[in-house]
Amino acid sequence: MKLLKLVPDNTNIDFMRWRNVAVVVSTLLTIAAIAVTVVRGLNFGIDFVGGQVVHAEFAQPVHVEDLRARVTALGDGDALIQSLGGDRSYQIRLAKPPGPDAAANQVVTQLRQMITTQYPGARVDAGESVSGKVSEELALNGALAIGLAMLGIALYIWFRFEWQFGVGALLTLAHDVAMTVGFFSITRMEVDLNVVAAILTIIGYSLNDTVVIYDRIRENLRKYRKMSILPLLNLSLNETLARTVVTSLTVLIALAILMVIGPQVVFGLAIAIFLGVFIGTYSSIYISAPVLVWLGVKPDSFLKSDDGDKVVRRDDGAVV
Amino acid sequence: MLDFPRWKVWAIWLTIAVGVLLALPSLPLPQSVVDHYPRFLPHSKISLGLDLAGGSQLLFEADVPDFNRQRLASMEDNVRTELRRDNPIETGDISIANGRVSFMLRNPAQLDAAVEKMRALAAPVGLTGSRAWDVQAFDGNRVVMTPTPEGTTAALKDALTIARDVVRRRIDPSGTREITVINQGSQRVLVQVPGVDNPEALKKLVGQTARLEFKLVDLTADPAQVAQGRAPAGSQVLPMVDGGGAIAVQRRVLVSGDQLTNARATNDQNGRPAIEFTFNTAGAKKFGRVTQENVGKPFAIILDNRVLSAPRIDTPILGGQGQITGNFTTESANQLATSLKSGSLPIKLNVVEERTVSADLGADSIRKGAIASVVSVGAVIVFMLVTYGRFGVYANIALIVNAFLILGIMALFNATLTLPGIAGFILTIGAAVDANVLINERIREEVRRGRRILDAIETGYHEARRAIFDANLTHVISATLMIYFGSGPVRGFAVVLLIGVVTSFFTAVFFTRMLVAQWARHTRPRDLHL
Repeated sequence: MKLLKLVPDNTNIDFMRWRNVAVVVSTLLTIAAIAVTVVRGLNFGIDFVGGQVVHAEFAQPVHVEDLRARVTALGDGDALIQSLGGDRSYQIRLAKPPGPDAAANQVVTQLRQMITTQYPGARVDAGESVSGKVSEELALNGALAIGLAMLGIALYIWFRFEWQFGVGALLTLAHDVAMTVGFFSITRMEVDLNVVAAILTIIGYSLNDTVVIYDRIRENLRKYRKMSILPLLNLSLNETLARTVVTSLTVLIALAILMVIGPQVVFGLAIAIFLGVFIGTYSSIYISAPVLVWLGVKPDSFLKSDDGDKVVRRDDGAVV
Repeated sequence: MLDFPRWKVWAIWLTIAVGVLLALPSLPLPQSVVDHYPRFLPHSKISLGLDLAGGSQLLFEADVPDFNRQRLASMEDNVRTELRRDNPIETGDISIANGRVSFMLRNPAQLDAAVEKMRALAAPVGLTGSRAWDVQAFDGNRVVMTPTPEGTTAALKDALTIARDVVRRRIDPSGTREITVINQGSQRVLVQVPGVDNPEALKKLVGQTARLEFKLVDLTADPAQVAQGRAPAGSQVLPMVDGGGAIAVQRRVLVSGDQLTNARATNDQNGRPAIEFTFNTAGAKKFGRVTQENVGKPFAIILDNRVLSAPRIDTPILGGQGQITGNFTTESANQLATSLKSGSLPIKLNVVEERTVSADLGADSIRKGAIASVVSVGAVIVFMLVTYGRFGVYANIALIVNAFLILGIMALFNATLTLPGIAGFILTIGAAVDANVLINERIREEVRRGRRILDAIETGYHEARRAIFDANLTHVISATLMIYFGSGPVRGFAVVLLIGVVTSFFTAVFFTRMLVAQWARHTRPRDLHL
């Protein structure tokens, strides 16, 4: 059987040739993503702003306007009504009512009662209610989790490699997070707790890529003492290219299947990670590597730390 | 590389066998297999989250300001009783202001005695020697009692522990499912009830404090003053439940609901829903004596500071049994009976978060999730096979073993599988392949450099291991942070991710290496088809 080789042997792509272009483009895109997020804001779900959501499945087709009129008649403020596919399945979302937290919960009760009494045969499939206080905590904890994950990972890289690598990883992650958040701002997709999980996964995935490449750069820095930094980065990227492509493709296959036939609830999570795999792969090549050049990583950067960690090469002559 | 020590081989196979055995009970096996499953083998199962199984989750938060007000009010009562006891001490009105209880003495000479009595009311807290209340004397004739922070914290903690047990007793009779009632943080109680997709009854049941009290109606009160909400000293104005205005009752509690041993819904002589209750011995004695002394007078039956009814005592009630009527429906009578029997909540609980998923939606999600899992694992297997041939087979065996290990470990720790957990599972499967990809690509590279086959395999595993370790550890870091700071879906996702990273490291680095080593030792391949 002939094996599939997605990346030919011994590629020699000059990745670093476009690094300045890539960095300018990335910087502009990052700024744009942040600007979009600041201007347009994010479509936060009730997890983060509080409020009520009810999913209802009706026995007969229902007109949105009819449904809206009845929800409005409850007097709990403006409702956001969305079809969940077809004209019998809707999501009704209400903002958190003013006043004490205890009142908020009554809204779901009212909504549930209205639906079951006014639409015979209707079924409430899911109902959620999050008070202002709880949603604030969830938002804070979500932001904290993302921030600490980035910091913790950068510290680990610093500890395992050199400080330049830690900084590089942190910049790469900042880029990935900004782009993902920008994507959510542009598409107006709802940002809920699942999306926080998605962003954390993207961070993890992108780091995975970056670490594999960094690991190879470190190895080559020790191996080829005479090589200057740009060809060395190119060599490292080419050597890991096959792995990068195969792994990304595997994860993308798994995610694509999850998006197409998986449950609707995880669609947002899957699409965010799907996008994140592209962003993460790009950034681990075009951000994490060039950063090392500016921060002055040179072949002798690892001389000091070599003492306790000897790499011995017998066959190819490049003895360290 | 080729000489894998025997103990290592056994250790690896043992780990896998244990993992598979642990995972088996959680798989959807045919009934005949389940019936014959040996009892000495592990049988803990992965439980399904409410988003998959259907059910309701309610997060209740204690009304702390209300609790503190109640604590002050009950201290005021205690102070009054204590001052009258034994050697009575004459004081002016006892008042609550700025979160403190204070009173003035008629006779300043009794100050020391008064302070002494008050100290007896301030119970010590824990082992630190601090007391629940600070007793201070001012101006030679005024005593002030201030709750200490330690006392307030301890009281809140006790109240929440009791509240948790009361909530559990209230919900337990309504179903036989696995109900979770736990304290969360310092002010919250989390309730999870699988299978219940309309939480309204649950909210009512738990939301009711159910503090039942019997007090005498204050007949001396001026109706005009009562209408304005004012009552004579020693009395208070309470609203009637049926909306029929307000009524003045004496503050002193004759008998309270704590003394009930049983309560059940019934019908009164007119066939309307009512609640029948039974007092314990002490309660029955007290109730009998009080009703004997007050024949002909009305007494108020008070629930959560609202008067249910105020019937006249026609004859003394000596048997320790009684009936409460009010504007009940059969349902509300049942609910109240359950609440009374389970005891009153020492603290008011409000719903701050509610999540409900119907069983239908849950079943739909789990079916789609399972199908997606199987299909994506299948696709990855095919992909690995066409990319790496024999080495792909090893990677695939590792992949399947990995899936079993994840399930097994989750079952071992009784972890809950949620929908984001399934996403985490799929992601782990996808990413677990990465370790094998790293190894296989590395071996390809070493072969290209002209190494001998066995040497290339050895170097490939050795060199790739460092990258795999570093990459996985970053996953461990982020998953740990997610578990620690995240809640709900984030945590469910992270738990699976964390377990998956650990098991995939094991299967990729140790298990496939062993398989490759055994194959290489037996065949001594000259040409590597990779």
